[in-house]
Amino acid sequence: MSNEKTLGEVLRQQGITRRGFLKFCAATASLMALPPAMVPRIAAALENARRPSVIWLSFQECTGCTESLTRSHSPTIEGLIFNAISLDYHHTLQAAAGTHAELAREKAMEENYGNYILVVDGSIPTGNMGFSTIAGISNREMLEEVAKGAAAIVSVGSCAAFGGIPHASPNPTGAVAVTDIIKDKPIINVPGCPPIPVVISGVLAHFLTFGSIPELDALGRPLAFYGKSIHDRCYRRPFYDKGLFAETFDDEGAKLGWCLYKLGCKGPTTYNACATTKWNEGTSFPIESGHPCLGCSEPDFWDGGGFYKAISMPTGDIARTAVYAIGAGAAAGVALGAVNRARKARAVKAHQKVTIDDLEKDS
Amino acid sequence: MNDAGSTELRVKAGEQLTFNVEPLLHEIRHGLKRLLETAAATIIDLRSIPLAPGEEERIISELGTGEVQARMSALGPSEIRETRFPGVWLVTHYNSDNEVIGKFIEVCDIPQILKAQAEDIRDGLAQLTARLA
Amino acid sequence: MTETELLMWVRGPVLQVATVIFLLGVLVRILEILVLGRKANLAEARGSAVAGGLRTIVSRSFPDSGTLRRSTFNVVAGYVFHTGFFIVLLLFAPHILLFRDVFGFGWPALPTQIIDAITIVTIITLLAVLVHRMTHKVMRYLSRFQDYLVWLVTILPLITGYLAFHRIGLTPTMLIAIHIISVELLMVVFPFTKLMHAFTLFMARYYNGAIAGYKGVNS
Repeated sequence: MSNEKTLGEVLRQQGITRRGFLKFCAATASLMALPPAMVPRIAAALENARRPSVIWLSFQECTGCTESLTRSHSPTIEGLIFNAISLDYHHTLQAAAGTHAELAREKAMEENYGNYILVVDGSIPTGNMGFSTIAGISNREMLEEVAKGAAAIVSVGSCAAFGGIPHASPNPTGAVAVTDIIKDKPIINVPGCPPIPVVISGVLAHFLTFGSIPELDALGRPLAFYGKSIHDRCYRRPFYDKGLFAETFDDEGAKLGWCLYKLGCKGPTTYNACATTKWNEGTSFPIESGHPCLGCSEPDFWDGGGFYKAISMPTGDIARTAVYAIGAGAAAGVALGAVNRARKARAVKAHQKVTIDDLEKDS
Repeated sequence: MNDAGSTELRVKAGEQLTFNVEPLLHEIRHGLKRLLETAAATIIDLRSIPLAPGEEERIISELGTGEVQARMSALGPSEIRETRFPGVWLVTHYNSDNEVIGKFIEVCDIPQILKAQAEDIRDGLAQLTARLA
Repeated sequence: MTETELLMWVRGPVLQVATVIFLLGVLVRILEILVLGRKANLAEARGSAVAGGLRTIVSRSFPDSGTLRRSTFNVVAGYVFHTGFFIVLLLFAPHILLFRDVFGFGWPALPTQIIDAITIVTIITLLAVLVHRMTHKVMRYLSRFQDYLVWLVTILPLITGYLAFHRIGLTPTMLIAIHIISVELLMVVFPFTKLMHAFTLFMARYYNGAIAGYKGVNS
C-alpha cells in the first residue's frame, strides 16, 4: 500500500522505458477520448501522479462489472492502470476474506483518509438490512462508513448508478443507487450493463492524469463517454434517415445491415460510447452484431416496455380498445340520435319556433 | 444461407457507407500541407471516429504501404509504417496479447515514438559506462 | 415519477383513454347527424342524388376562381398546411411503424429529410395562419376561443415531433413523451370541436351534392 512513489517511478521500476511510457500515454489518451495532441501533457501529468488508494465495494451485483474490467488481459492499459492505482480492497478479487480483509480495508481508509477513491458496483438494498451483507455488515452501513473518508465515489455499472436490475419492477429488495444514499460527496456514474471496460479505466485514468473528476452530464455520467447517443454515432444511421429498416432478425434488411429501430433499438434515447469505442477492444457492438440496443446505460431500462418494442410504440393492445370504443360509440351514437329524433318530433308537434339563440349555439 | 453469399452482402453494405473515407483523406491532405508550411504534426486517432465494418480496411488500403516499416517492442508490439504518401504514417499499438490498444494516423516527418528518448539514452549511457568500467 | 415511468404511462393507460374518447366521441357525433336524417323530398327526382353527392365530395376539393381570388391566403395556406400535415402523419417511418402495430399493415415511407423539410413548411404555414386570423379584421371578428384552441392542439404535435426527432432541449425520453401527450391532447379535444370537420366535411359535401343532384342541377 505504498503510495509515496509517483506513477512514473513505479513504471520505471517495472522496467518500462520512456518509449513504453509514451505508448502507454498515447493509448490512455485514446481511451479517455482525448485528442492525440494532448499526449505530452498526459505524459507530464502521469509521470508525477501519485498512486491513489482505491477501495472497491461490491454490493447487490452480478459481478459482471468486475468481470468486464478484468477481461482485459495484462499488460494492457487497463492492467497498467490497475498497477498505477493501489487497489487496497476488492472483496471479489482479493485472496483474503473475513476479519483480516476488513481490517485491511479499515487500515487503508485510515492511512488515506479524505484521499481514497471509493468504487462501488451493485445496488444497495434498503428493504431489509440483511438482504445483502459483507462480513456481517449491511451494504448500506458499509457504504455510508467508507464514503465518509472518500475523495470521490465512482458508481460502476447501472446497478450502482441507477439501481439496475434489482431496482426493476417490483423491486423486492428496495434497491437504490449510490446517489440515493450519499449526498455529500462527488459521485461519478459509469452506467452500462456492464459498462465498456475502457470507460471504467478511462475514468480512473482521468483521475490519475488530472487529479479531478471529468466533466459530467445531468445524470452524473462523464461526458467524454456518455455525451453522445448511440443513434448519433451509429454507422447504420444513414439507413434510419432513408427509412430502411430491418423488419425481423433474418430478413433481407437485417442481412444488409439496415436500421434496427423497428426491432426495438433504444439507440435514440441511450447515451454511451458503444458506437465508437465498441466492445472487446474495438471489435463490435450489439447493433453491429445485428441486435438492437437495449439502452443499458439509461435509468430504468429494464422497465422501458420491452427490448423488442420501439419506445414510441403503445404498450397496451390499442387495436382491441379501438374496437370496443367503436362499438360503444356506435351504440351511444344511435341511442343519442334516437333521443334527438324524439325531441325533434315533440318540438314539431308543439309548433316550436327556431330562434336566433338556437342558431348562435356553439357546436 | 451459404458463407459466400453472406460475405458478399456484407461487402455491399460496407461499400454503401464510405462516408468517412473521403473526409479523412481530406484531413490528411490538410495535415501534409500544414507539415510543409509550419512543420507541425497532425495526429488522428482512428478509434475516435465511428467507422462502419469495412471502412477502416478501406482507409488503410487507400493509404497503402511506403518505404519504411518499423516494429517496436515496448509493452507489447507496435507497428509503425509509412504509407504510400511520404509523411503519412500508420502507427498501430498492440498489447502482449496482440490486441489493438491504439491506432493512429500521424502526419509528420517521423513519429515521436520512434525517436530515442532522453531518459532511455541516459539509462543506456549508464549501462555502457558500467560495462566499460 | 421518472422519465421512463412517464413515457410508459403515456404510451399505456393515457393512450387507451385518449383512443376511447376520440373514437367514441367521433362516432357519437357522426351518428347523431346521420340518425337525425333529412326531411324527405316529396318532389319527383330529376337526377341522381347519390351521383351528385359523390361527385361533389370530389369537386369541392378544387376551389372555384371566385373563392380563390377573394380568399387566396386561406385557400393556399389551407392546402399547404393540410397536405403537409398528412404527409408528415402518414409517410414518416416511425408513424407508419405505429400504424402497423395497431392495424397490422403498413406502407412505404418517405425519406426522413423530406419529412423534416415538410414539417418546417407546415409549421411556418400554421404560424402564418394564426397571424392572419389575428390581423385580418373579419377573421378576428369571427374568431372565438375554440378557434385558437384548435390551432394550438394542431401545431403542438408538429412542433413537439420536430423537437423529439432532432432531440432539442430535453432528454429524448422526455421529448417523445411530450410529443405523444400532445397527440393525445389532440385526440381528446377532437370530438368536441370544429376538428370534427375532418369527417363531417364529407357528409356536408355529400348532402349538398345530393340535394342538387336530386333536383337535376349542378352543385
